[in-house]
Amino acid sequence: MATGTIKIRAQMTGDSTEVKALFKHDMETGLRKDKTTGEKIPAMFIKEVTCEHNGKAVFVAKWNVSISKDPYLSFKFKGAAKGDTVKISWVDSKGDTDSSTAQVA
Amino acid sequence: MIIKRRTFLKGTVATGALTVAVGSGFIKPGSVMAAWPEEAFTQKATADAMSKLFGSASTTESGEIDLKTPDIAENGAVVPVSVTTSLAGVQSISIFIDKNPQPLACSCELTPGVEGYVSTRIKMGETSNVIAVVKTAKGLFSTKRMVKVTIGGCGG
Repeated sequence: MATGTIKIRAQMTGDSTEVKALFKHDMETGLRKDKTTGEKIPAMFIKEVTCEHNGKAVFVAKWNVSISKDPYLSFKFKGAAKGDTVKISWVDSKGDTDSSTAQVA
Repeated sequence: MIIKRRTFLKGTVATGALTVAVGSGFIKPGSVMAAWPEEAFTQKATADAMSKLFGSASTTESGEIDLKTPDIAENGAVVPVSVTTSLAGVQSISIFIDKNPQPLACSCELTPGVEGYVSTRIKMGETSNVIAVVKTAKGLFSTKRMVKVTIGGCGG
Protein backbone atom coordinates (compact mmCIF):
# COMPACT_ATOMS: atom_id res chain seq x y z
CA MET A 1 0.00 0.00 0.00
CA ALA A 2 1.30 3.33 -1.02
CA THR A 3 1.40 6.23 1.41
CA GLY A 4 1.65 9.98 1.05
CA THR A 5 0.82 9.98 -2.64
CA ILE A 6 -2.16 12.36 -2.46
CA LYS A 7 -2.22 16.07 -1.76
CA ILE A 8 -5.69 17.55 -1.29
CA ARG A 9 -6.97 21.07 -0.97
CA ALA A 10 -10.66 21.80 -0.40
CA GLN A 11 -11.56 25.48 -0.55
CA MET A 12 -15.01 26.90 0.02
CA THR A 13 -16.22 29.85 -2.07
CA GLY A 14 -19.80 30.86 -1.32
CA ASP A 15 -21.77 27.61 -1.10
CA SER A 16 -19.49 25.78 -3.48
CA THR A 17 -16.43 23.79 -2.44
CA GLU A 18 -13.62 23.31 -4.92
CA VAL A 19 -11.54 20.20 -4.34
CA LYS A 20 -8.12 19.97 -5.93
CA ALA A 21 -5.99 16.87 -5.69
CA LEU A 22 -2.51 15.97 -6.87
CA PHE A 23 -1.43 12.34 -6.98
CA LYS A 24 2.02 10.85 -7.25
CA HIS A 25 1.83 7.96 -9.70
CA ASP A 26 3.81 6.94 -12.79
CA MET A 27 0.71 6.14 -14.89
CA GLU A 28 2.64 3.79 -17.22
CA THR A 29 0.82 3.39 -20.54
CA GLY A 30 2.20 -0.01 -21.44
CA LEU A 31 3.43 1.47 -24.73
CA ARG A 32 6.78 2.78 -23.53
CA LYS A 33 9.93 0.75 -24.01
CA ASP A 34 12.82 0.42 -21.62
CA LYS A 35 15.70 2.16 -23.42
CA THR A 36 18.38 -0.30 -22.30
CA THR A 37 16.60 -3.63 -22.71
CA GLY A 38 14.13 -2.68 -25.45
CA GLU A 39 11.36 -4.41 -23.56
CA LYS A 40 7.97 -2.88 -23.05
CA ILE A 41 7.25 -1.45 -19.63
CA PRO A 42 3.96 -2.98 -18.50
CA ALA A 43 0.96 -0.70 -17.98
CA MET A 44 0.40 0.45 -14.42
CA PHE A 45 -2.06 3.21 -13.79
CA ILE A 46 -4.68 4.53 -11.39
CA LYS A 47 -8.03 3.07 -12.41
CA GLU A 48 -10.41 4.65 -10.01
CA VAL A 49 -10.45 7.68 -7.74
CA THR A 50 -13.20 8.00 -5.14
CA CYS A 51 -13.92 11.26 -3.37
CA GLU A 52 -15.96 11.22 -0.19
CA HIS A 53 -17.53 14.07 1.74
CA ASN A 54 -18.13 13.18 5.40
CA GLY A 55 -17.99 9.49 4.53
CA LYS A 56 -20.39 9.65 1.57
CA ALA A 57 -19.06 9.13 -1.95
CA VAL A 58 -19.79 12.24 -4.02
CA PHE A 59 -17.49 11.89 -7.01
CA VAL A 60 -15.96 8.86 -8.71
CA ALA A 61 -13.43 9.22 -11.52
CA LYS A 62 -12.50 6.27 -13.69
CA TRP A 63 -9.23 6.71 -15.48
CA ASN A 64 -7.39 5.16 -18.35
CA VAL A 65 -3.64 5.12 -19.05
CA SER A 66 -4.08 8.39 -20.89
CA ILE A 67 -4.25 10.46 -17.73
CA SER A 68 -0.90 12.25 -17.29
CA LYS A 69 1.85 11.10 -14.97
CA ASP A 70 1.40 12.50 -11.46
CA PRO A 71 -2.28 13.19 -12.13
CA TYR A 72 -4.26 16.26 -11.19
CA LEU A 73 -7.97 16.27 -10.53
CA SER A 74 -10.35 19.03 -9.60
CA PHE A 75 -14.11 19.17 -9.09
CA LYS A 76 -16.67 21.28 -7.24
CA PHE A 77 -19.55 20.31 -5.04
CA LYS A 78 -22.25 21.93 -2.91
CA GLY A 79 -23.47 21.21 0.60
CA ALA A 80 -20.23 21.28 2.56
CA ALA A 81 -19.44 23.31 5.66
CA LYS A 82 -16.08 24.55 6.89
CA GLY A 83 -14.23 21.81 8.76
CA ASP A 84 -15.97 18.96 6.92
CA THR A 85 -13.82 16.02 5.92
CA VAL A 86 -12.98 15.28 2.31
CA LYS A 87 -11.43 11.89 1.72
CA ILE A 88 -9.85 10.84 -1.58
CA SER A 89 -8.68 7.33 -2.35
CA TRP A 90 -7.33 5.59 -5.44
CA VAL A 91 -6.94 2.05 -6.70
CA ASP A 92 -4.46 1.23 -9.47
CA SER A 93 -4.29 -1.59 -11.98
CA LYS A 94 -2.03 -3.64 -9.71
CA GLY A 95 -4.48 -3.33 -6.83
CA ASP A 96 -2.30 -0.87 -4.93
CA THR A 97 -4.26 1.77 -3.01
CA ASP A 98 -3.82 4.94 -1.02
CA SER A 99 -6.12 7.41 0.63
CA SER A 100 -5.85 10.78 2.28
CA THR A 101 -8.14 13.27 3.97
CA ALA A 102 -8.36 17.04 4.21
CA GLN A 103 -10.59 19.57 5.97
CA VAL A 104 -12.74 22.00 4.01
CA ALA A 105 -11.27 25.47 4.50
CA MET B 1 -14.12 -2.68 3.67
CA ILE B 2 -11.17 -2.14 1.33
CA ILE B 3 -10.47 -5.86 1.04
CA LYS B 4 -14.10 -6.62 0.27
CA ARG B 5 -14.07 -3.99 -2.40
CA ARG B 6 -10.94 -5.42 -4.03
CA THR B 7 -12.31 -8.91 -4.25
CA PHE B 8 -15.51 -7.47 -5.61
CA LEU B 9 -13.72 -5.55 -8.34
CA LYS B 10 -11.64 -8.56 -9.32
CA GLY B 11 -14.72 -10.71 -9.51
CA THR B 12 -16.56 -8.31 -11.75
CA VAL B 13 -13.64 -7.75 -14.10
CA ALA B 14 -13.47 -11.52 -14.58
CA THR B 15 -17.13 -11.95 -15.39
CA GLY B 16 -17.72 -8.59 -16.99
CA ALA B 17 -21.34 -8.85 -15.96
CA LEU B 18 -21.48 -5.67 -13.99
CA THR B 19 -19.55 -3.78 -16.67
CA VAL B 20 -22.43 -4.44 -19.03
CA ALA B 21 -24.95 -3.46 -16.38
CA VAL B 22 -23.20 -0.11 -15.82
CA GLY B 23 -22.95 0.55 -19.55
CA SER B 24 -26.60 0.01 -20.12
CA GLY B 25 -27.54 2.23 -17.20
CA PHE B 26 -29.18 -0.34 -14.95
CA ILE B 27 -26.92 0.63 -12.12
CA LYS B 28 -26.91 4.26 -11.11
CA PRO B 29 -23.53 5.95 -11.39
CA GLY B 30 -22.20 6.85 -7.98
CA SER B 31 -23.63 3.77 -6.36
CA VAL B 32 -20.94 2.48 -4.05
CA MET B 33 -19.54 -0.30 -6.19
CA ALA B 34 -19.62 0.37 -9.90
CA ALA B 35 -17.03 -1.56 -11.87
CA TRP B 36 -14.30 -0.09 -14.02
CA PRO B 37 -15.72 -0.31 -17.58
CA GLU B 38 -12.83 -2.25 -19.09
CA GLU B 39 -14.48 -2.78 -22.47
CA ALA B 40 -15.08 0.93 -22.95
CA PHE B 41 -11.54 1.85 -21.95
CA THR B 42 -9.82 -0.63 -24.27
CA GLN B 43 -11.75 0.22 -27.45
CA LYS B 44 -9.61 1.64 -30.26
CA ALA B 45 -12.23 3.87 -31.90
CA THR B 46 -14.06 6.73 -30.23
CA ALA B 47 -17.50 5.62 -31.44
CA ASP B 48 -16.96 2.07 -30.13
CA ALA B 49 -15.79 3.37 -26.77
CA MET B 50 -18.88 5.57 -26.53
CA SER B 51 -21.15 2.65 -27.41
CA LYS B 52 -19.57 0.49 -24.74
CA LEU B 53 -19.71 3.21 -22.13
CA PHE B 54 -23.12 4.73 -22.78
CA GLY B 55 -24.85 2.10 -24.90
CA SER B 56 -25.04 4.64 -27.72
CA ALA B 57 -22.54 6.60 -29.80
CA SER B 58 -24.90 9.39 -30.83
CA THR B 59 -24.46 12.63 -28.93
CA THR B 60 -26.04 16.04 -29.35
CA GLU B 61 -23.70 18.98 -29.85
CA SER B 62 -24.31 21.40 -27.03
CA GLY B 63 -23.27 25.00 -26.51
CA GLU B 64 -23.78 24.56 -22.78
CA ILE B 65 -20.56 22.62 -22.39
CA ASP B 66 -17.38 24.62 -22.12
CA LEU B 67 -14.29 22.57 -22.95
CA LYS B 68 -11.05 24.32 -22.08
CA THR B 69 -7.81 23.06 -23.60
CA PRO B 70 -4.73 24.75 -24.99
CA ASP B 71 -4.87 25.32 -28.79
CA ILE B 72 -1.35 24.01 -29.12
CA ALA B 73 0.09 21.54 -26.62
CA GLU B 74 3.88 21.62 -26.75
CA ASN B 75 4.13 18.49 -24.66
CA GLY B 76 1.53 15.81 -25.36
CA ALA B 77 2.30 14.09 -22.07
CA VAL B 78 0.64 16.84 -20.07
CA VAL B 79 -2.36 18.57 -21.61
CA PRO B 80 -4.60 20.40 -19.13
CA VAL B 81 -8.29 19.89 -19.85
CA SER B 82 -11.29 21.24 -18.02
CA VAL B 83 -14.95 20.72 -18.70
CA THR B 84 -17.63 23.06 -17.36
CA THR B 85 -21.29 22.61 -18.12
CA SER B 86 -24.45 24.47 -17.18
CA LEU B 87 -26.65 21.50 -18.15
CA ALA B 88 -28.96 20.33 -15.36
CA GLY B 89 -28.83 16.90 -13.77
CA VAL B 90 -25.36 15.87 -14.89
CA GLN B 91 -24.71 12.18 -14.25
CA SER B 92 -21.28 11.81 -15.76
CA ILE B 93 -18.59 13.69 -17.62
CA SER B 94 -16.28 11.76 -19.94
CA ILE B 95 -13.29 12.82 -21.99
CA PHE B 96 -12.30 11.17 -25.29
CA ILE B 97 -9.18 11.85 -27.36
CA ASP B 98 -10.08 10.86 -30.89
CA LYS B 99 -6.67 9.70 -32.14
CA ASN B 100 -5.22 8.17 -28.99
CA PRO B 101 -4.64 4.37 -29.05
CA GLN B 102 -7.44 4.13 -26.49
CA PRO B 103 -9.68 7.19 -26.92
CA LEU B 104 -11.50 7.11 -23.57
CA ALA B 105 -9.30 8.93 -21.06
CA CYS B 106 -11.61 9.33 -18.12
CA SER B 107 -15.19 8.97 -17.07
CA CYS B 108 -16.30 10.83 -13.96
CA GLU B 109 -19.51 10.00 -12.13
CA LEU B 110 -21.21 12.87 -10.38
CA THR B 111 -23.73 12.67 -7.56
CA PRO B 112 -26.49 15.34 -7.45
CA GLY B 113 -24.61 17.78 -5.17
CA VAL B 114 -21.63 17.98 -7.53
CA GLU B 115 -21.36 20.86 -9.99
CA GLY B 116 -20.82 20.25 -13.68
CA TYR B 117 -17.10 20.81 -13.59
CA VAL B 118 -14.07 18.54 -13.93
CA SER B 119 -10.47 19.46 -14.51
CA THR B 120 -7.53 17.12 -15.11
CA ARG B 121 -4.46 16.55 -17.29
CA ILE B 122 -4.32 14.09 -20.15
CA LYS B 123 -1.78 12.51 -22.51
CA MET B 124 -2.14 12.95 -26.25
CA GLY B 125 -0.30 10.90 -28.86
CA GLU B 126 -0.81 13.30 -31.75
CA THR B 127 -2.86 16.27 -32.92
CA SER B 128 -6.48 15.30 -32.40
CA ASN B 129 -9.95 16.33 -31.42
CA VAL B 130 -10.69 16.24 -27.71
CA ILE B 131 -14.33 15.42 -27.07
CA ALA B 132 -16.19 16.04 -23.83
CA VAL B 133 -19.38 14.05 -23.36
CA VAL B 134 -21.85 15.00 -20.64
CA LYS B 135 -24.52 12.51 -19.69
CA THR B 136 -27.73 13.87 -18.21
CA ALA B 137 -31.16 12.36 -17.70
CA LYS B 138 -32.09 13.85 -21.09
CA GLY B 139 -29.35 12.07 -23.00
CA LEU B 140 -25.80 12.60 -24.19
CA PHE B 141 -24.37 16.01 -25.01
CA SER B 142 -20.95 16.72 -26.40
CA THR B 143 -18.55 19.37 -27.53
CA LYS B 144 -15.16 19.06 -29.14
CA ARG B 145 -11.97 21.02 -29.66
CA MET B 146 -8.95 20.45 -31.84
CA VAL B 147 -5.65 20.39 -29.96
CA LYS B 148 -2.37 20.52 -31.86
CA VAL B 149 0.38 18.42 -30.34
CA THR B 150 4.05 19.15 -31.01
CA ILE B 151 5.58 16.21 -29.11
CA GLY B 152 3.42 13.14 -28.50
CA GLY B 153 3.01 11.80 -25.01
CA CYS B 154 2.00 8.17 -25.33
CA GLY B 155 5.52 6.71 -25.53
CA GLY B 156 6.52 4.13 -28.07
